[in-house]
Amino acid sequence: MSQKILGLLILTAVILLFPLLGNKYWISLMIFIGIYALVVIGLCLLTGYAGQISLGHSAFMGLGAYTSGILTATYHLNPWVALVLAILLTMVLAFIIALPTLRLKGPYLAMATLGFGEIAFIAFTELIDLTGGPSGLRGIPELTIGGYPLNTDVRYYYLVWAFVLGGFILALNIVHSRIGRALRSIHDSERAAQAMGVDTGSLKVQIFVISAAYASAAGSLFAHFLTFVNPLPFSIEANISFILMVVVGGLTNLWGSLVGSGLIVILPEMTKLTKSAEYDVIIFGLLLVFIIIFLPQGLVVWFIDLVKRVKNLRVPRIQRGGTERRVLPGGWGHE
Amino acid sequence: MEIQQYILSGITIGSIYALVALGFNFIFNTTDIINFAQGEFVVFGGMIMVSLVSVFKLPMVIAFFMTIFLVMLLGLLFERLAIQPLKDSPIITLIICTIGVSVLLRGLVMVIWGKGSYPLPHFSGESPLHFWRATILPQVLWIIGITLVLVFLLGLFFGRTLTGKAMRACAVDKVAASLMGIKVKRMILFSFALSAAFGAIGGILITPISLMDFGRGPMLALKGFSALILGGLGSSFGAVVAGFLIGVIEALGAGLISSGFKDALSLVILLLVLYVRPSGIFGVKEITKV
Repeated sequence: MSQKILGLLILTAVILLFPLLGNKYWISLMIFIGIYALVVIGLCLLTGYAGQISLGHSAFMGLGAYTSGILTATYHLNPWVALVLAILLTMVLAFIIALPTLRLKGPYLAMATLGFGEIAFIAFTELIDLTGGPSGLRGIPELTIGGYPLNTDVRYYYLVWAFVLGGFILALNIVHSRIGRALRSIHDSERAAQAMGVDTGSLKVQIFVISAAYASAAGSLFAHFLTFVNPLPFSIEANISFILMVVVGGLTNLWGSLVGSGLIVILPEMTKLTKSAEYDVIIFGLLLVFIIIFLPQGLVVWFIDLVKRVKNLRVPRIQRGGTERRVLPGGWGHE
Repeated sequence: MEIQQYILSGITIGSIYALVALGFNFIFNTTDIINFAQGEFVVFGGMIMVSLVSVFKLPMVIAFFMTIFLVMLLGLLFERLAIQPLKDSPIITLIICTIGVSVLLRGLVMVIWGKGSYPLPHFSGESPLHFWRATILPQVLWIIGITLVLVFLLGLFFGRTLTGKAMRACAVDKVAASLMGIKVKRMILFSFALSAAFGAIGGILITPISLMDFGRGPMLALKGFSALILGGLGSSFGAVVAGFLIGVIEALGAGLISSGFKDALSLVILLLVLYVRPSGIFGVKEITKV
């Protein structure tokens, strides 16, 4: 059995058994972790595998949330149809942004998405007739599956994590497919990839659109969980947390996106007990800079390396030379 | 309000965008990094000036230069602690690092100065002058005047001094520059100091008119970046012209269309430029399409 399958089985088991702890606070926290993990998995695909960074995923998440919210609360559409429509709308918009910026070399996507994120935030706030403006949109219905209402936290937890697991497996498959290998080649050297016949521009656009779809789905789940949306969670500040989640887990490690979103959701919950929000911001900033400088591969790869190094201490010195290797993205550091 | 009034206030805020865009440009030219903490230099400039003037009661002129000096120090520290250690990393890592630094600096501003908005006395009184059928605050003249003087000095610096020419060489080709004996590392350090100084001046100039608070950084950076792209990445002249242009368009948009969407306007321009003409109005180098 490959490490990937084993990892997935363990993950599934943890997801299934977690509610047995029976702690309501942790269940609701896990719902948020799952929602953010969806965004981060998409972002990790983009950052780690296409070497691009987006500061506009808050907008895609918001688009998902608001489209779902408006279609179900105002127009009484079936939530699942609304969710799909939201994803399609987000993908179209992502395509429109990606097309001009991803053809260009350099940090254009980061700034263009940041600009788009701000425009979207302004639109959520100012289009009061549609979105309810700063006071928000109420009356979003709860989700049901075939008449079975997902009206408790535990039920919703299972739905969210089913999405995360599905999204995660899909992402792993993308990474280990031909497209994934082509994407990794872009990350290493775009020019070399082109020379090998990889259509880098169109691949980058595709992966950006897919990663926006993840954020949109997360937004829809967010809206149906709270049954209420306002613009605040979709400000451009949210992207800083997303980036932090990706970086903490590891830019090129999908498993890391689960770890990263978990840590970054839990961390402020912990620090909230002792300190004020100002210190949270400083801690976030320091953490981001610290990890980028000292653990650029993220916590997961660092931890695996650490475990290996401890193991290797017992191995004769001569064999240790071989442990110096390039960490391949996607798996547990190994293919 | 008359249309001249809009144009004037547009030029005023446009001066600040121009200074921010220039700051982006210095660092981009030596490192290929877009420094996301550029807006924080502006905030620090404004905040330190406020403290020096109202808490330490320093005269405006001394406070002005001391603020620039302190923010430059911040820029140097930033380069030494967060950029230099990553010199062999991919650009994307460096950009994420500047995002981290911007968050950190914003947090520091919140802890040091709190979340309030701070005023600063105008440089020379607040009695408005009448000019071109519009009323104009003396501060506006200071802002436009100092910006123009800076642009002029910058032109001299890049055109006439050895350091300026060395910086331009780095922008063209870093490897070739280092082969010519230019210390690229020192140029990078210098570009951060220069960037910080321009940001600080922007902050000092704008605070008397629009106050300063901890959260202004990202928006200022975004507007400055729009100006940079509109003017053409890499072109200092373009950055200044486009800065004024964006300021004016924004002021006209806010006055004539809707103030709620004022901020969206320059971002729409940013996206349009990327679509239609990614090298900007005065783009000096052909942007590689991949």
